[in-house]
Amino acid sequence: MKRNEVITVGLLVFLVFILKFIIPKPVQLSYTVSMITIILLGLVFVYILIRTLQGRLIGRRVVFLLVGISLSLPFFMKLTLNIPVSPEVRSVYDALQKLPPGSKVLASFDYDPPSAPELQPMAVAFMKYAFDHGLKVIIMGLWPQGPQQADQAIQSAFKAEPSLKKKIKYGRDYVNLGFQAGNEFVILRMGESFKAMFPSDLNNTPYDSIPLLNNVSNFSNLDFCMNFSAGKPGTAEWVQIAVDRFKLPVAAGNTAVQAPMVYPYLNSHQLVGLLGGMSGGAAFEKLTKKPGKATTYILSQSFAHTVIVIFIIIGNIAYFSRKKENK
Amino acid sequence: MGFWGQFGIWLAALLTIGIISFLYKDNFLYKACEAIFVGISAGYWFVVYYWDNLYKKFYLQVTNHDITTLERIIPWIGFVLGVMMLSRLSEKIGWLSRWPLAFIVGATAGLYMMIYFVSNAMAQVASTIIPVFVGDWATIIANFFIVAGTFCGLIYFFFSKEHKGAFGLASRVGIWFLMITFGASFGYTVMSRMSLMIGRIDFLFGAWLGLIK
Amino acid sequence: MKREIPVAITFIVGTAYLIAYFIPHKPFNYFENWFNDWFAVIAAFAIWLGVLNLIKISTIKIFQKKPDWPYSVLIIISFVIIVFFGFYEGYKGLYAHPSYSFRDPGTSFDWLYVNVYTPLSATMFALLAFFVASASYRAFRARNFEATLLLLAAFFVMLGRVPVGDILTSWLPHQYQLSQWANWIMNVPNTAGQRAIMIGIALGLVSTSLRIILGLERSYLGND
Repeated sequence: MKRNEVITVGLLVFLVFILKFIIPKPVQLSYTVSMITIILLGLVFVYILIRTLQGRLIGRRVVFLLVGISLSLPFFMKLTLNIPVSPEVRSVYDALQKLPPGSKVLASFDYDPPSAPELQPMAVAFMKYAFDHGLKVIIMGLWPQGPQQADQAIQSAFKAEPSLKKKIKYGRDYVNLGFQAGNEFVILRMGESFKAMFPSDLNNTPYDSIPLLNNVSNFSNLDFCMNFSAGKPGTAEWVQIAVDRFKLPVAAGNTAVQAPMVYPYLNSHQLVGLLGGMSGGAAFEKLTKKPGKATTYILSQSFAHTVIVIFIIIGNIAYFSRKKENK
Repeated sequence: MGFWGQFGIWLAALLTIGIISFLYKDNFLYKACEAIFVGISAGYWFVVYYWDNLYKKFYLQVTNHDITTLERIIPWIGFVLGVMMLSRLSEKIGWLSRWPLAFIVGATAGLYMMIYFVSNAMAQVASTIIPVFVGDWATIIANFFIVAGTFCGLIYFFFSKEHKGAFGLASRVGIWFLMITFGASFGYTVMSRMSLMIGRIDFLFGAWLGLIK
Repeated sequence: MKREIPVAITFIVGTAYLIAYFIPHKPFNYFENWFNDWFAVIAAFAIWLGVLNLIKISTIKIFQKKPDWPYSVLIIISFVIIVFFGFYEGYKGLYAHPSYSFRDPGTSFDWLYVNVYTPLSATMFALLAFFVASASYRAFRARNFEATLLLLAAFFVMLGRVPVGDILTSWLPHQYQLSQWANWIMNVPNTAGQRAIMIGIALGLVSTSLRIILGLERSYLGND
């Protein structure tokens, strides 16, 4: 390693030591300091604009640093923002509102921990809502880690609302059937018989011994399905098989990459509603009046989007001004 | 939290920083993390597919004495086809892997053909053939855009006819709609990637350094 | 016969699924269920094929001391560690009382997944956030009308989906604020464009599937 690199690594280690063991926690910036920080960031962007207009583009590492700062700083700010609610998120909420207590809802957790920042908050909000309103939740997963994410969502719901833990009972109010390999073939087979696909739950309790699953043999015995999906298999497969073949009403929570692609299903009413990405999760938390991680993260998200837009605008201003000069 | 819990968090933080170090420049730590990722991913799916597919769908079936003999023999066909797949590692007998490949292709083609036709073609076409001039002006404009946009977008993808004249104009309008679609997808992709990074920062500042609650 | 039998297999399996779609009763649902299980088993071997190929290539690289061969050692070591714990915990869990799964929280396999695989996987994808920003600054230019449309749609959606959009346009009536524009873009032109793509892909997939089932398309068999 070169000398400079050794020094850099040494400084980073020192910084970690200071942050981990010296600085008092938690760190929180006051409103005034937050505003000053935002103004300073704004001035940095003005400087970048001037440099870009002069034809001196800033290095990519500076761009990376600014993105990193814009993502990190909001964690230490206590600013509350009004979260916009889209019609598709409201449709999910309205559909859940119409379900009477005791309704059987299938929750399919089709994602893994890397997608958790986007999907876990909406899953937690859903579980809190379901338990609060007496909905009976049957959990399953088409992704191997899905059922574990469901368990974590339930634990987070119990931690946030300890009263729920006392009134909710496994086997009566919710059950976790676990993961089953086979992608869309699993959904196909479930249309015929749940028991054929899930002869026992995650804890190896036989299907017939679980009170919640009495009189639940296939999709026709369910009132609703909530799908949390990060890719394939996911929402598209649920729509193609469970909705179009077995007429099960399905709402979806998707990662933001996938969300734009399922809007046609929304428009054709194949999907009841959609929670798209972190903003969808934050909006759902707002509607259910259960703020969680998505509401906390939305400030970082706002900063990040603003930074990207500013970079695009700066680049284009410079492009058009140079174009004008060349003419 | 015990020793292994704390060690796990520090290891996860080190690996995260190792990957992020690529932003500065390609380096030994990043390459090491990348190699570990490749090995761990391969191993993870190796194990998962053994237990969830081979063990549950083959071994438990053939050793289950509560089902008929025929039901115990049938899974062996799938197993044999699966073993034939491994012949691809050899150049001499690699042609044997065509049988299981043909099975997979046939199964996928047979299943997808109908479900895609019904859900992604018929249902979508039915939702596009809608009365345009109903409701308030906002609804009329929206309906018009959806019908015109879908129609023009489909015209753009029809490459069997030259895009000239009225056809070319419709194709051009289709491109405009597709550009809006791609712009929206770009916006959402930015949201998604930022969300992932926010999750990582939450881990670094929260679980690792304890700077935030 | 090296090509004819696979084509026949494709035809039989594809046709069985097609018939089972319209007649989901005996015996066609039995065929569907058997084929579903065989699919899962063959998929497992397909993954194993890829993994074994990776190990083969890494091993060759190590023995031939090709450039960056130490990283191949890391690949194999990490592979062996997780596979060992996966099988060890799996078999141990089978005979434990009560029995548990290899991936249950508390197992070594789960520890590796949570503390090694997840951070690496998540951070790899998260890196794209930075590259998107850099690319936006350097390359995203409104060079023509189409690029401008793309840019504007991205602006409206990015700002409209977070609170910043409504803050910037708080002086406008509610129905003209950025979040409403984002809603309109997603529900109208985006839906139209995505629908056109969806229908196009579906029709292409139907025709290709039919060609494959009927044996007219044999490219998946490779060359002799």
